[in-house]
Amino acid sequence: MAHYSRRDFLKTVGTVGATGIAAAVGGDAAEAQSRPAAVPAPQPVSHAYTFLTAPEAAFIEAAVDRFIPADELTPGGTDCGVATFIDRQLAGAWGSGDRMYMQGPWQKGAPTQGYQSPMTPAEFFRAGIAATNAYCRKTLQKEFDRLTADQQVKVLQDMEQGRAALDGVPAQEFFNLLLATTMQGFFADPVYGGNRDKVAWKMIGFPGVIAIYSEHIKTYRNKKYDVEPKSILDLS
Amino acid sequence: MPTRLKEVDIVIVGLGWTGGILAKELSEAGMRVVALERGGMRATNPDFAIPLIRDELKYAVRNALMQNPARDTLTFRHSQAERALPMRQLGSFLPGEGLGGAGVHWNGVTWRWTGIDHALRSHYEHRYGKAFIPSDMPVQDWPMTYAELEPYYDRFERTAGVSGKAGNLRGAKQDGGNFFEQPRDREYPLPALENSYSQMLFRDAALQAGYHPFPRPCANASRAYTNPDGSRLGACVYCGHCERFGCEANAKGSPHITVIPKAMAQPTFELRTHSWVTKVLLDSTKKKAIGVAYTDVSTGEEYEQPAAIVALCAYAINNVHLMLLSGIGTAYDPVTQKGIVGRNYCYQPGGGGVTLFFEDKIFNPFMATGAFGMALDDFHASEEFDRSQMGAIGGATIAVGNSNGRPIGYRPVPAGTPRWGAAWKKATAKWYLRAMNIGVTASNMPNRYNAYDLDPAYKNVFGQPLLRLTYNFLENDRKVVGYIGQKAAEIARSMKPTSMTNPGTLGDYNIVPYQSTHNTGGAIMGASPKDSAVNRYLQSWDVPNVFVVGASAFPHNSAYNPTGPVGALAYWTADAITKRFRNRPGLLT
Repeated sequence: MAHYSRRDFLKTVGTVGATGIAAAVGGDAAEAQSRPAAVPAPQPVSHAYTFLTAPEAAFIEAAVDRFIPADELTPGGTDCGVATFIDRQLAGAWGSGDRMYMQGPWQKGAPTQGYQSPMTPAEFFRAGIAATNAYCRKTLQKEFDRLTADQQVKVLQDMEQGRAALDGVPAQEFFNLLLATTMQGFFADPVYGGNRDKVAWKMIGFPGVIAIYSEHIKTYRNKKYDVEPKSILDLS
Repeated sequence: MPTRLKEVDIVIVGLGWTGGILAKELSEAGMRVVALERGGMRATNPDFAIPLIRDELKYAVRNALMQNPARDTLTFRHSQAERALPMRQLGSFLPGEGLGGAGVHWNGVTWRWTGIDHALRSHYEHRYGKAFIPSDMPVQDWPMTYAELEPYYDRFERTAGVSGKAGNLRGAKQDGGNFFEQPRDREYPLPALENSYSQMLFRDAALQAGYHPFPRPCANASRAYTNPDGSRLGACVYCGHCERFGCEANAKGSPHITVIPKAMAQPTFELRTHSWVTKVLLDSTKKKAIGVAYTDVSTGEEYEQPAAIVALCAYAINNVHLMLLSGIGTAYDPVTQKGIVGRNYCYQPGGGGVTLFFEDKIFNPFMATGAFGMALDDFHASEEFDRSQMGAIGGATIAVGNSNGRPIGYRPVPAGTPRWGAAWKKATAKWYLRAMNIGVTASNMPNRYNAYDLDPAYKNVFGQPLLRLTYNFLENDRKVVGYIGQKAAEIARSMKPTSMTNPGTLGDYNIVPYQSTHNTGGAIMGASPKDSAVNRYLQSWDVPNVFVVGASAFPHNSAYNPTGPVGALAYWTADAITKRFRNRPGLLT
C-alpha cells in the first residue's frame, strides 16, 4: 500500500503549512474510492512546533491520524490541530510537570497508585516516542511514521493491549497518555489549537460555551438542538 | 524566627463552607476572628466570567481551582503490606483551594442524612442483631440525633438556596418528595429544578416498578433567591458547568457569595489569603492550643497567630493531617487498634451504574445542572429494605443525574466499541446525544485497616511528612454495589433501550480516575473519647479549645454526598462556640 508520511511529504513539497495531509496518508486509490470523501480541512494547518522535534512531530501526526482517522465525519487528527495541541501542551506548564508532586524517592507502583515516573509528562512523551520508534525499528525495520497505516494501527493496538513491550517505558501507560492527550486536543476548546473549526463539537452536537438553557431544558426534551457551536475563540 | 502576631479570639484554618459559616457566625457575635486561607482570593467576577470559565481543559482536566499536589499531597496503598506511594497528580478526588474552597467547585447535591445514618450501630444491632456487624467494621452512632440537627440542616439549606421537594413535613408524607426522608420542619427554600428528559423517563420507569423517585435536592437555585442573610443568588441556567467550575450566574450556593462576604463586612473579621497553616501550637501540657504557625506562601515569611480557639476548617483530609502533624489526640494504629486520630476513613464506592443507548431518543446531555437529578432511596434511606437479603450493611441511592455533557470527559459509547479509530468516531458521533446513565452511589462502612497516618518517607514543601492513606474497597462494598447495581439494571431494562452496558462490579480502589470528592472520617465524632477524636460539638476531646469541623467527623460515609451535614455541623458548632464555649471555655458536655 502506498503510504506517505509527513516526513516524505515535506521532502516533496518542501514547505510547512501544508493542507490535505490526511488525504495523502489515506491509502491507495482503490481504497480511497471505497470510502466516503474526507471532510476537507477548513484552512491551512500550522505545523510550527516548539517542543516536538521533526521526527517526534512525524510520530505524533501519524499517531493522531490513526486515533482520529479522516472520514466523512471530520478530517484526520493532524488536520484537526491535535498534533499542534499536543505540542503546545508539552511545551507548556502541564508538560513541565506543573501541579505534580515530583519529589522522590521513586518507585514503581501498582497501576492503582497512578503516575510514578520521575519524568515530567513532556519527558515521558519524548521517551515514549523514542521507545516506540525503537520497537518499530526492531520488529518492522522502520520508524513508526514510516509504517503503513495498517501497521501503525497494529502497533498501537499491541501497545494498548499490553502485547508490545517498550524498552524503558511502560507501553500501556504511554499509550494511555498519548490517547488521552489526543482526545483532549480533539474535544477541547479550539483556543488551544486542536478541534479546529470546532469539528469535534459539530461531529457530536455539543453547542459549546454560551450554554444558557433555562428555557431549552423544557423545550428540547427529546429534540435535537441544532446550532452552530460557539467557542472561547469565537467569543474572544 | 516567626513573627508573633496579636492574639485573637479564634483563628480559622481554611475558608470554605465550614470556615465561612464559622467566620460569619462568630464575627457577627462580636468575636475577633482571623481566617487563614492557603489559596488566593476569588470572586465570581472576573474569576468565573464567561466565556473563559467554560474551559473544560483548564478547569475540568487540569484542575485549575484545586489544591496543587506539587506542594502537598498524600501517599496511598491498599494494605499494610504495601509501600505507599505519593498521589503525584489529582485524580480520584479534587480538594479545592482558594477562597470558598470546594464550596466553589462542588456540584451542589445537598442531602440531610438518614435516620439510619444518625444511629447506625443501634439500628443494625436492633434490627439484625449484633452478629450482623463484622468485628472489623467499627461502625458507631452519630453523637446527635437527626431531630437535634434538623434546625441546622434547615439553616444550611436556606443559606445555600437548596432546590427540592419535601417528602415528609413534620411526619406528613408529601407527594413527589423523598418518601423515606426524616421529617423536616418546612419545605425547601426553592422548588425543584426542571427535569431533563432522561430523568423523566427514569421517574416513569421507577414508579412503574413500585419505587419512590423524587427530585434530588440541590444547591442550584431554581429561581433567583435572596437567602435569610440577604445574600442574593441568581437562577440556574442549566449550563452544565458546575462541578470543577465556579458559577458565573451565582446560582450555585457557594460560600464566596454567601457567608464569606457577610463575615468580611464585620469589623472583627480579618481574612489572610496565601496563608498556609503548618501546625497547631500547643502549650506544654499538650491539652491547650495557643494558636497556629503559618507561612505566607507569597513571601515565605513565617508567622505565629495566637488565639483562644483554633477551628480546623480545611478539607476533611487536611484537617486530619494537621491534627497528626500537631500532636492533637493519639494517632491511630490499625495493628493494635489503639489511638483514634486517623481511623474510620471512608469514601464513596460507585461503579454499579449502567449506561443506556436509545436509537430514537435525544437527551442533550449538555443541558444540565451539577446536582439536579431524579433519585430513589428505596435501597438506602428505607428502613424496610431488608439488608439481610443483601448480606451487607449500608445501601445505595440510584439516580439519573446527568450533570454535564462536556465532551473531553463525557463520551458514552456502547460496550465493545474500540477506544479510538473509525469505529470509535462513528459510535461517538452517533451516541453522544442518545445515551443516558443511571448511577449507583453506595455508602461506605469503616474497616479497621482503612485509615490515615503519617508517611515515613515522603514530605511536603515544608518538609513535613505527607499524610498516608491505607484504603481499599471491601466485601461489604462489593455486595452493596453488586446487589443494588442489579436493581438499577432491572429499571434500565424496563426502559427498553436499544442497548445498555452491564452494571459494573467493584474491583480494587484506584486513586487515578475521578470518582468523588467525598473523603470522610479520620477525626470522627462520638459520645466518648474511647472511640472518637471529637465530641458532639466537634471539639477535640484532648485539646478542648480546638474544633475540627467537616466530613472528617463522619464515623462512616452515607450513600449521599457529604455537604448537607457538613454545613449543618458547621452551624451547630458555631452555636456551641458562641452560646456556650465562649462564656465557659472547657470541654462541653
